Amino acid sequence: MKHQIIYIALVLLGFQVNAQDLTDILESQLPKNEVEYVEATFKGTRIINGHSVENRKKGTLEFLISHRFGRINSGAEELFGLDQSNIRLALEYAIIDDLMVGLGRSSFDKTFDGFVKYKFLKQQKGKGAFPFSASFFGSAAYDQPTSFGSEPKSFSTNLTYTSQLLIASKISPAFSFQITPTFIHRNSVVLQADPQNIFAIGTGARMKITNRMAVSAEYFYQFDELASLFEPPTNSLAFAVEFETGGHVFQIILSNTITMIEKSFITETTGDFFDGDIHLGFNISRAFQVGRHGKKKTRNKKNIEKRKEKKDNESGYSY
Amino acid sequence: MKLFSILLLAVISLQGLFAQDKYFTKSGHIDFFSHSPLEDIKANNEQVLSIIDTSTGEVAIYVLMKSFSFKKALMQEHFNENYVESDKFPKSVFKGKMTNLDLSKSGDQEVAINGELTLHGKSAPINTTGVFNKSDDKITLKGDFMATVADYGIQIPRTVVNNIGKEIKVTFDLTHEPYQN
Repeated sequence: MKHQIIYIALVLLGFQVNAQDLTDILESQLPKNEVEYVEATFKGTRIINGHSVENRKKGTLEFLISHRFGRINSGAEELFGLDQSNIRLALEYAIIDDLMVGLGRSSFDKTFDGFVKYKFLKQQKGKGAFPFSASFFGSAAYDQPTSFGSEPKSFSTNLTYTSQLLIASKISPAFSFQITPTFIHRNSVVLQADPQNIFAIGTGARMKITNRMAVSAEYFYQFDELASLFEPPTNSLAFAVEFETGGHVFQIILSNTITMIEKSFITETTGDFFDGDIHLGFNISRAFQVGRHGKKKTRNKKNIEKRKEKKDNESGYSY
Repeated sequence: MKLFSILLLAVISLQGLFAQDKYFTKSGHIDFFSHSPLEDIKANNEQVLSIIDTSTGEVAIYVLMKSFSFKKALMQEHFNENYVESDKFPKSVFKGKMTNLDLSKSGDQEVAINGELTLHGKSAPINTTGVFNKSDDKITLKGDFMATVADYGIQIPRTVVNNIGKEIKVTFDLTHEPYQN
């Protein structure tokens, strides 16, 4: 009799399971404990002037046009800075999801620059959560200064190297924050008093207002300063509003610097933002998909393999 | 006692039969296609969860939005970040019923599917037809339907209004196998 009761109980339990709602079954079958990387900490590869922790995805070629006008307080004769301009044209390509390279040319000092950026840590959600992403950024800039020195210099003396560690966290879907320790090395300096190596630390933040519009701010503090600038050096400060439409990111910028590459805007800025030395500027980027985006291929391969496996042993199911 | 055992056996085997009413997959295929004068957008999802109860004709489908893959990486990011807001609404759910389903028929048969699709936190009815096929140990359900973007509160900004279709064609191809608890 005892056995019978147990049997009946078991059978009833079986019916219970059978009667559960279809969505409950699906809910129980949802993939669990999957690593989920936090995407889109910043919209673009730049916060404003400086690089963000973000890379483009594999196979994306980005054409970047950055433009800064002169100082707003330069008066009506200069059309409030609009007469003067510095433009940087660049092509930047993502070799894999985490590695991108770029080449650019700025009209200011006729500077060529090349960079490599590699993301080696990714912020994660859910199981195994990790609080931040980190990238390494390295660049070399070759400039042809017209202001100093008449004798021709060798190629390497005009080179300046920048190394940065980009550490960023998407604190909420709307708010992201970045800290950027920076080391800048000049192969040659103008004056004896100029430091060849300058350490700086940058901070940047982005706040989304709507899904396609955000405001951002950026500040770099130098621990050492160049002595050979025409005016006393200042720290770079910038504010921007960014818009995103399809393959474009568009930023309107107010900044106390006219340059757009690390070694220049971090160490060669002389404008005092709160004294009106403000440069209006914009960044426009257009992304093209050149190579195929990697994810799909691997997934398809996996599925094809899965299907093959299933065909091979049609009798057994594996879930 | 003997009679009881036989009865019990019968009930258990009957229950086994009931269990065979449910067919399940977690590698179902769904893609969507948006046509517009400027651009065609296509995305695939091969990790669709779907379950069919043949005794009632009910169908339930879960689609994880982040599993859609696009040819253009940036499009995929925008899809998740700006349009369907995958962080807030990670999955889309379809709950519906197949009417005029005839289990005695073998081979392809057309069934009417009526139900509700919940996407981006909003629900709208979907009425379409699909092709149902039951073989020994497999049930496939194929078909397509049009979904109107505006029904789901997904806003398309003016600047890209010509790049994204107002109606999206959704195609599904789901191969189910018997569900085991």
